[in-house]
Amino acid sequence: MVDRQRIKAKVNGEEVEFLCDPRQSLLECLRDVLNLTGTKEGCNDGNCGVCAVLLDGQLVNSCLVLGCEVNGREVTTIEGLADWRGLHPLQQAFLEHNGYQCGYCTPGVIMAAKALLDEKPNPTEEEIRHWLAGNLCRCTGYDKLVRAVMDAAARVRGDVPSFPGRAMHPDDSGTGRSGIMGGYRVIGTRPVRTDGADKVTGKAVFAADVRLPGMLYAKAVRSPYAHARIRSIDTSKAATLPGVKAVIAAEDLWALDGIADARANCRRNVRYARDKILAYDIVRFAGQPVAAVAAVDRFVAAEAAALVAVEYDPLPVVLDVREAMKEDAPLLHNDLFTDSLGKRGDRPSNIARHVQFLKGDPEKGFAKSDIVIEREVRTATVHQGYLEPPAVVADWGEDDTITVYCSTQGLFTSRAEIARVLNHPESRVRLVPMEVGGGFGGKGQVYEEPIAALLSRKARRPVKIAMTRSEVHQVTGPTPGTCIKVKMGVSKDGWIQAVKAELLYEAGAFPGAFIDAGARCMFGHYDIPNGQIDAYDVVVNKPKSAPYRAPCVTQAAFAAETIIDEICEKLKMDPLEFRLKNAAVEGTRELSGLVLPQVGFKETIKAALEHPHYHTPLTGPHRARGVAAGLWFAAGGPSTCSLTLNGDGSVNLATGSVDLQGTRTSIAMQAAEVLGIAVEDIHPAVVDTSSTGFNMPTVGSRTTFATGIAAIEAAKKLLTEMCNRVARLWAVDIETVRFEAGVFTASGDQKLQLTFKEVAARQNATGGPIYAAVAVSPAGSAGTISVHIVDVELDPDTGKTKVLRFTSIQDAGTAVHPDLVEGQMQGGTVQSIGWALNEGYQYDNEGRLLNDTLQDYRLPTALDVPMIDTAIVEVPNPRHPFGVKGVGESTITPGPAALANALYRITGVRMRELPMSPLRILKATGVIE
Amino acid sequence: MPRVVIPPLMRDLTAGQACVTVAGRTVREVLDCLETAFPGTRERLLDKEGLRSDIWVAVDGEITPSGLLTEIAENSELSFVPAIEGG
Repeated sequence: MVDRQRIKAKVNGEEVEFLCDPRQSLLECLRDVLNLTGTKEGCNDGNCGVCAVLLDGQLVNSCLVLGCEVNGREVTTIEGLADWRGLHPLQQAFLEHNGYQCGYCTPGVIMAAKALLDEKPNPTEEEIRHWLAGNLCRCTGYDKLVRAVMDAAARVRGDVPSFPGRAMHPDDSGTGRSGIMGGYRVIGTRPVRTDGADKVTGKAVFAADVRLPGMLYAKAVRSPYAHARIRSIDTSKAATLPGVKAVIAAEDLWALDGIADARANCRRNVRYARDKILAYDIVRFAGQPVAAVAAVDRFVAAEAAALVAVEYDPLPVVLDVREAMKEDAPLLHNDLFTDSLGKRGDRPSNIARHVQFLKGDPEKGFAKSDIVIEREVRTATVHQGYLEPPAVVADWGEDDTITVYCSTQGLFTSRAEIARVLNHPESRVRLVPMEVGGGFGGKGQVYEEPIAALLSRKARRPVKIAMTRSEVHQVTGPTPGTCIKVKMGVSKDGWIQAVKAELLYEAGAFPGAFIDAGARCMFGHYDIPNGQIDAYDVVVNKPKSAPYRAPCVTQAAFAAETIIDEICEKLKMDPLEFRLKNAAVEGTRELSGLVLPQVGFKETIKAALEHPHYHTPLTGPHRARGVAAGLWFAAGGPSTCSLTLNGDGSVNLATGSVDLQGTRTSIAMQAAEVLGIAVEDIHPAVVDTSSTGFNMPTVGSRTTFATGIAAIEAAKKLLTEMCNRVARLWAVDIETVRFEAGVFTASGDQKLQLTFKEVAARQNATGGPIYAAVAVSPAGSAGTISVHIVDVELDPDTGKTKVLRFTSIQDAGTAVHPDLVEGQMQGGTVQSIGWALNEGYQYDNEGRLLNDTLQDYRLPTALDVPMIDTAIVEVPNPRHPFGVKGVGESTITPGPAALANALYRITGVRMRELPMSPLRILKATGVIE
Repeated sequence: MPRVVIPPLMRDLTAGQACVTVAGRTVREVLDCLETAFPGTRERLLDKEGLRSDIWVAVDGEITPSGLLTEIAENSELSFVPAIEGG
C-alpha cells in the first residue's frame, strides 16, 4: 500500500483536511475523497475541459493536477458557485439560454467562463470562443453556450442583458420559425428545463457519480491485437494480489448457463453478444476485453489487470470494407453467412447482410437521361464523441436481482441485453436511470454492464467500472466507415430519371450496422421513378459499430448530395431549385416501396431558397457557399407514461424514456397543454425498469413524438377521471361536465365551478387517488429533412477550412420547445462539421487505433465554428395530436456534402473522401504530393 | 384480393414477379396463402417468434405496429421493408 499524505486546503470556501494517495489527481480527490462529483471526468489528459476548476483563482484541468499539489491552496468547483442568495449569474444565464444539453460538460464550461469573467468582465464573442476552446461540448454546437456567457457577463457588470437568447443572424427574418402555428398555451414556449438547475449546479447524477457501500472498482484486460486466437489466459497472479476481490474471463460468462456445452448449443447472436463483452477464443478488434478484475480501489484494479497474462496467436487483419468483401479475405467468423432477406449465402463470408431496394427500371432510366454521372466516395470511421465515458455500477443482490446504474439511452433494451448475455431472467435485472452525458446513438449498446455484474456476483459486493477516454475510442461503437458508389441520370430539364447506389458499411467485428436506414434515406426525399440501392453490412477488425445520429445516413447523403451538386453544375441549375423540383411529396412512392405520408420536404427547401443567407453576397478570395439536404425518417414504437395527480394540483409524470437532452421537459409540456396547467406544475421523472412499462430507447428522434403521445393520452385519461369525480360531487351527468382553461364547469348551471387544484385536493374524498397510465405504439413519425447553407473560406497554403456562416433549416413539425429544437439543429450541425473536416479513426496496418485521445481525435471546439443560424419550418405532423415530429437526427446529415460542395467552388476539385482534412485538401489541390 | 409487393431479394421465389395477389384478411393469412403459392416465402420472412425483427410490414404504404395481426382490406397492398430504428 502507498502511504497517503494529509492535505489541508480550502475547497469552496471551507477548510478541509483529507488523506491523499500521491497518485491521485485533484479530480480523483474531489470526486472519490471529498464526494464533490459535480466535477466530471472526460478524458483524464487535459484535452476536454470537463474537469475544469479554479485553483487559487486560476483555471486548471483538475485531471492534470495532483491532489497533493493543492495542500495549502484554494479550490473552487461548480458546487461553490451558488450561495444562499441564489445561482451565480453564469448558472442563471445557462439555464435561461439553454446553454447546456446533456449537462456533462456544463460544470467545466461554467468554471472556465467564471475564470474568464473574473479576468475580463466584457469579453467579445471571439474572446469567449478563444477562452472556451479548451472546453469541449458535443451537444450544443456552442451557440447557446456562448450566448449564455455573453449574457452572464452583462449581468455581472450590471448591464441589461441584451444578447439575443436564440440563434439569429442579423439578416435573419426575425423569428427563425415559419409555417403553421397552433395557438397553443404551452407548446411553442421556452420554459427552463426541469432538469436544468441540477445540470448547471453539478448536482445531476451520472453513472460514474454513483457510490454504494463496499463498492469495488473494476478494470478490463484488453487485447492488443485486432485479430488473434487466444491461446491461454492466466489470472493466478492477479487473483492473489492483495486487494483483488474477483477476476473473471469469458468462461465465467458461459458457466452461467450451467451446462458443459453451452457455447456449442447457443444461438449465433448470443455467442456474438457474449464475445463482444468478453472474448472466448478469438479476439476480433484491438481493445476487446478478455478478462476483468475487481479490487478495493482503481489503482489495485489497474495493477491486477496488468498481471493477467494472455497468450495470443495473431491472425490476419482486415480493416477495409472492400478488402473484407473479397473472396480470399481473412474471415472474422467461420459461421457467418450472408443473409439476403432470409436467403443464406452458400459459404462463410464477411458480408453479414445485404438489403436491396428496387423501383422501376434503372437501366431504362439511365438510357433516357441526358446526363449520367457515376462516382465513388469514402467516409472514415468516426465516433459519436459523447463526453461522458460509459460507466456502470452493478450490484448482484443476494436474491439474484441485479441492480445496474449505467449510462444508457435505452433502459429496457439494455436490460434485455444484459439479461440475455448473463442468461438471467429479465425481471431480475433492474436498470436505474442516470443522467446521460451525451449518446447520439452510441449509448444504446451494452459494453461493461455484464462484466460489472459478474464481478459483483463473484465478489458479493457492488462493482463500478468506468472506461477511460482511450477505451471509449477503442471499444465503443463508432459509426461505420463506408465506401459508396452512386450513379445518377437526369434529363436536361432537371428531372431525376434514375439512380443506382452500392453502399458498403463497416459493421465492425460483429454484424449490425444500420444499413437499412442509409439505404432508405439516401434518396428518400426525392421523387425518383427508377432506382436500385444495394447496401451491405460487412464485418472488419474494428469495434462493433453503433448508431450515430441518423445512423448510416450522413455517409449516404455525402455521396448523394455531392453528385447532385455536380449534376446541377452541368445543368447550370440552382442546386436548391433542382432539389425543390425533384422533392418528394405526400403520396410519392419511395425506392423502398413505401408511400410517403404528409411531409414537409418542399416547404423546407423553399424556406432555404428564401432564406436571407442564400441571397447574401459572399465576397472575398477563397470563399464560397455550398448547400445540401438530408433526410431522416423518425421512429415511433412503444412508449409508456403515467401521471399521478398530487393533492396540491401538480402532476407527477413518470416514464421509462431516457432523457438525453430535454425530453422530460418537452413531454411535460405536452401533458401540461392537455391538462390546462403550467408546465412548472408537472414534475417529470425517468424511472427504473421495475417502476414503469416498456419504453423503446431514446433513439431515432422518437421520444418527444412517441412518449409525447403517451403523455397526451394519459393526460386525457386523467382529465376524464377528474370529470367523473366532479360529476359525482355535483350529482350531475358526466356528459354535462366541461373542462376549459383549468376550470371544470357544468353546462346548464354556471354556478358550478371547480378549479383543477380544487378537484385535485378532493380526490381522496371523491373515490381515491387519481392516476392514469397509458402505453402506446405509434407508427413512425413523418420524415424530416434538413437543408444546410454554409459559407467557407479556405486557406490555400495550409488547407484549413474556416466556416464563416452556417444556416440549418429543418422541418420540425410543431416545435414543442423551440430552444431545444434549435439546440438539436445546432449540435447536429457542428457534429457534421467535425465529421466533414477533421474527425476520423486512424489505424496502423495491424488494426491498432492511433488516435484514441481527444488531442489526436479532434472534435470541433468553440473556436472552430461560428454561431449556427437556425430556421425551424413547422409543417405539423398529422400523426401527432399537436403536430410534433422528431428533430434530433436529420440535422447532421447534409453537413459534409454542403461543405464539400462549397470547397469545390473554391478549389475546382471535388473532395470524395471524409474527412476533408487540411492534408487531403492540400494533396487534392496539388499543393503537396 | 390483397396485393403483395415482393421484395427484390425474394423474387427468386416468385419467378421474378414483383407483385402478386393472394387471399387473406390479416397479414398472417396473407403470408399463409403466399407460402402456399410460393413455397419458401414464409421461412424468409418469419422466425420462431413471428415476423423477423429486422423486417417491418407495411399496409397500403404505412408501416403497421401490429405486424402479423394487422387486419387488411380486400384491396390492400402489403410490402415488407427493412426495420429501421435510429440513433
